Formats: sequence, structure tokens, C-alpha cells
Amino acid sequence: MAVIAEPRTDAAVPRVRPRSPLLAYGRHALMPLLVGAALLALYLYVSGHELDRIERRSLNTEYLTSRIFDHLGLTLLTTALILLVAIPAGILLTRPWARRWASPILVIANIGQALPSLGLIVLLAVSFETLGVNQIAIIAFLAYGILPVLRNTIAGLQQVDRSVIESARGMGMTRGAVLRRIELPLAVPVILAGVRTALVITVGTVALATFVGAGGLGDVINNGINSSRDLVLLSGSVMVAALALLVDWAAGIVEDLLKPRGLS
Amino acid sequence: MTDVATGTIRLEKLTKSYDGHGKPAVDSLTMDIPAGEIVVLVGPSGCGKTTTMKLINRLIEPTSGRIYLDGKDVTRENPDLLRRRIGYSIQQTGLFPHRTVADNIATVPRMLGWSKDRTAARVDELLNLVGLDPDTYRRRFPKQLSGGQQQRVGVARALGGDPEVMLMDEPFGAIDPLNREALQNEFLRIQAELKKTIVFVTHDIDEAVKMGDRIAIFSQNGRVEQYDTPEKILSEPANEFVSSFIGAGAAVRRLSLSRLADVEVPDNWPTVGADDSADRRRVAAAGTDRDFLLVLDADRRPVGWLPAAEAAEDGRTVPLLGALGPGDTLYEALDRMLTYSSTGHVVTDAEGRYRGVLELDSLRTLIHANNSAAGQSQEVS
Ligand SMILES: Nc1ncnc2c1ncn2[C@@H]1O[C@H](COP(=O)(O)OP(=O)(O)OP(=O)(O)O)[C@@H](O)[C@H]1O
Ligand SMILES: [Mg+2]
Repeated sequence: MAVIAEPRTDAAVPRVRPRSPLLAYGRHALMPLLVGAALLALYLYVSGHELDRIERRSLNTEYLTSRIFDHLGLTLLTTALILLVAIPAGILLTRPWARRWASPILVIANIGQALPSLGLIVLLAVSFETLGVNQIAIIAFLAYGILPVLRNTIAGLQQVDRSVIESARGMGMTRGAVLRRIELPLAVPVILAGVRTALVITVGTVALATFVGAGGLGDVINNGINSSRDLVLLSGSVMVAALALLVDWAAGIVEDLLKPRGLS
Repeated sequence: MTDVATGTIRLEKLTKSYDGHGKPAVDSLTMDIPAGEIVVLVGPSGCGKTTTMKLINRLIEPTSGRIYLDGKDVTRENPDLLRRRIGYSIQQTGLFPHRTVADNIATVPRMLGWSKDRTAARVDELLNLVGLDPDTYRRRFPKQLSGGQQQRVGVARALGGDPEVMLMDEPFGAIDPLNREALQNEFLRIQAELKKTIVFVTHDIDEAVKMGDRIAIFSQNGRVEQYDTPEKILSEPANEFVSSFIGAGAAVRRLSLSRLADVEVPDNWPTVGADDSADRRRVAAAGTDRDFLLVLDADRRPVGWLPAAEAAEDGRTVPLLGALGPGDTLYEALDRMLTYSSTGHVVTDAEGRYRGVLELDSLRTLIHANNSAAGQSQEVS
């Protein structure tokens, strides 16, 4: 029924891009190829050298695998803790009654971010002798990764259109329902971008865990420095960089998967 | 306050003051909104229309005063449950961008715990009602709709839980004039069917006159200067503020309140049948001093004008320019005559059959009668 003038044509209306997996994820294929090529080049380069005993102690499959898994484990654990702290904090700081605290807390967090990571770790190690080295390392990494997630959670929630929230409330959605079904889904893209940043930062800071004896690929770099073996130092550095890129790549895919439809 | 029709709203000494903002935004407002009518709140910007509307569904909690719905005090009721019974649509539509049109419309039915089937049926019913084909639009996202279509979905969503009361804050505000008029007409048609109690906010007096069964004219601080039918407000503005708000065009605006269905249209125009012989046409032409004869088909539907001077020749009929129907107003009749600068305009009934022909002269008589009728009621009251 109801036929009325509708001068706008459908052609003028933007269409959401069809989600063909090939098209949507094709752009993600490049990164692992590049990283793979870099690692292969490193392998060939190292193989071309006669390794001495000291070098062999660091550059063997067993040692490297365990460091890589340590590194990944520490990164994921730290990130999980970051999310556990930063996302609820970001949500709290955007509630009407706490909104005025958001700016001062972000300022403090920004100052914290500017402290050198190594300094913070040593500081913590000295002042909390009772804590285990792993705890100290994780606390320090947490401090660095929290900011991007906190900032993006706040920004993501703040950019949700007020009229959308108001109409949701006006239809009788409870505050909790509006947060869960409207605000958080609409903030997901921004929050995830922060998580991705935090992950990459954490891969980097975890490399410093070696200085408090917490393991990770930092050990390889440290071995190279201590024994003046540039080949070991180079291998460790390239592997940390490769890991950071791969983590970023994986996070990018997750980001695409979790992004709500209808937003583009 | 028992035995009150469902959908009746009563606001009693409602006041809303914001901290540190001097005068209250709404000051001791008392107002009765009858069931099944469209009440338009109109007034200059910042006068408290939106605040008043949000006080009704308690998106804004009153500083003092009471709100009654169906005669029951709802000032202390759980606001979330209250709002599920009150439709709400706003100018910015507030559609959920990450949900499909169907999911948007299903918001309230789902909160009310309707079954899947009932909700899906309701979504299709409402899409049809607002003139959107369910199969085409159900699965679209708001971004994939034009502004006018989004407004329609907004209205459909507000109707979702079949509320007895609807609050609409400039629902057609952000639309071009052409589409806005279409939406207004559409909405009036829907309302004639549904008979909801509607509180409609606008700052456009023309929209208020068109949409309202009653109009409340607001001045600053949520003061109601006059609360009455559009006819009364246009013909008897209660005070200086109201007359200056409706502006100089009141006499013209009043024309838009009289539908052609309700007035006498002169039906003495010479007509001929489309199948009449040349002789009969010549006789008809000879019997009149008009320059044109009106040609009617077998069902007495007007098909064109026949120049009297060439009445006997075939194929001389000139086409009609948009006939006026019973739903058109005196305002539209005048507008069309001025636009086409035609001497006479055909008026038809609901079936499209010939009712009469309006000329500038006969229209002036009607307008005069219309104005003096309004003037009379002024003297009586
Ligand atoms: N949250 C608020 N805090 C303080 N003052 C407010 C707030 N919201 C509204 N006001 C004030 O209350 C008054 C009424 O506002 P309201 O939004 O009801 O106006 P309105 O009639 O809807 O205007 P418009 O036609 O521009 O939409 C205005 O003077 C406005 O400045
Ligand atoms: Mg307003």
C-alpha cells in the first residue's frame, strides 16, 4: 500500500560492501608473506656462517622456540590483564557520574607512558623486593599497555551518537542493556584499535623482561650483547620485530571479524 | 481519577529546573492531553517543548509535579517499564546503526517478550504501514536508507510495541519540504487508522496547523500561552504573543483548515459527454457564454475542456490540469489557481467524479464565508 513520492533513488544510497571473504581478507595475506621472507633471509644468512660454541648456545631451535613461546605467553597474559583493567576503567570513566574524572586520569596516564620502560622495571624491582620477577615485569608492561586501551575505550564510547543512546533509553532499555547492546558494540572498532596498539607495545616491552630474568626473546638479544656476538643480537632483534608484526597482523584480522556490520 | 480512556495524559504543575540555570526550563505546566488526538507543542526555540516531551516519558525527571497516564500517577513508576508503553521518535531518528531495519523495529517487542513469530509479523506490518516494502528493506542497515526512509523506520520503531501514546520530537524536521509533506500526509492517514495519543513537537506553525487536533503554543519557560484547536488559535489568538507567533498569514493559513469536501462547490458549469454527437455539443455551446465546456466520460469523470467556439469539431479537447479532490483545502485551491492562472478548476468527489467547477470569484465567496464564520465564533465566545 502507501505509495508516496520518493524522489531519492536507491542508486544514491550507499551500499555496505558485500562480505566476500576473499576480498575482505585478501589484504591481510601480504604481511605474513613479507615476514616469512624476512625470517627466511635471516635463516639463510645465519646458516651461511660457521657458528662458534657461544653462538650455538643461543641460536638453536630448542632454545629459540622456548624463548618465542615465553615471549608470546608473557605478551598474551599481559594484554589480558591490560584489557581486564583498562576496559572496565574506560567504561566507568564514561558513565555520567564519573565523566569529569576522564580527562585528569588520561593526563596522569600520559605522563606514566612517557617514563622509560627500563627505568620503570628497575624502579619496581628495587622498591618491591618481595615480588617475584615475573610479577614485576608484568606490572611494568601493564602500565605501558593500559593507556592506549583506556584512551580508546573512552574515545570509542564517547563517539557513540548521543541521539542513539537517548532513543534507546527512550524506548525503555535499561542502562545496562544500552551499554551492552548499543554502546559497547558501537565502540568496538575504536577499542580494538587500542588493543592492537597495546599488543604491539607489549611485544616490545616484553623484550625487556630479560633484565629481570623473566625470559622471552630479550634473552637472545641480551646474550648477543653480553658475548659481543652481533649475529645473535641481530637474530634476536629481527625475531622480536617479526613477532610484533605477526601479532599486529593477527589482531588486524580479529578486528575485522569483530567489527559490527552496518557501520561503514 | 478512575475510568479514564486509555492514552489520556495529564500533566500537573510539572516543573523542571536545571541547577544553576536561573529560571526553570518548564515552570508549573498543567495540561490535559485527550486520548486518540494529536497534540502539537509549538513555540520558539528554547521554550521547553523538548523538555516537556521528555518529562512525559521521564527521560528528564521532573523537579516537581505529577504525570498521569490513563488516570494513573506514573511519576514514581519504574521509568524503563513506563517507556516501553510510550513510543518515542526524534528528529535525528536515533536508529541503531549496527542493527538491521528489522532489528531496530523489533527493539520494544523483544523487550516486551513477544514471540519470534509475532515480532517478525509486527515488523512486516509496520514496514508496510510506513510505506516500505518489507522484503526490500527488512535486512538493510540504517546507513543504506535515505533520510526520509530513516525517518519512516524511526516512526515504525516507535510504533513497535503498539503503544497507546507516542511522543514525537520534530520527527519530520530533517527532511526536504516535498518529502516532509508526503510523510505528514502519510502519518495523518496512519493516525486516522490507529488513533493513538500523540504528542508532537515542532517549531513550524504550518506543520502544527496541519497535524494538530489541538495546538499548545509555548513561550519561554514552558509557559502555555494558548491550548486549543487550530481553528480557534488562528481565528482567536489569546494574546499578543500568539498572534505574533502565528504571524501575518493567519487568514491564509485558516484556508488550509477548510477541506473542499465541507464546502459548497457551484455545479452549474456547462458539460458535454465524451461520446456526445457534434450536434449536441453545438447546442450545449450555444446555450452558454462560457469559453469552454467540460467534457465528462460515461462515469461522469472529467476528461478535458472543449473550446465552445470549436465545439462541433472533433479532437479539440484540451487536457485538464490537476483536478481538486475532496481532501484538498481552500488553500490548495487558491494556490493552484494562482499557479496555473486558470479561470476555472474542476472539483471531483472521492471517486473522481465531477462535483463542480471553482472560479476565482466563487472561491472568493467561499473564502469570505469561511472567514466570517470564524469571525462569528469570535463574537460568540
Ligand atoms: N541539560 C540541560 N541543562 C541546562 N539547561 C538545559 C538543559 N537542557 C535544556 N536546557 C534549557 O532548557 C530550555 C528548554 O530547552 P528545550 O530543549 O526544551 O527547548 P525546545 O523548545 O525543545 O527548543 P528547540 O525548538 O530549539 O528544540 C532551554 O533554555 C535550554 O537551554
Ligand atoms: Mg527541541
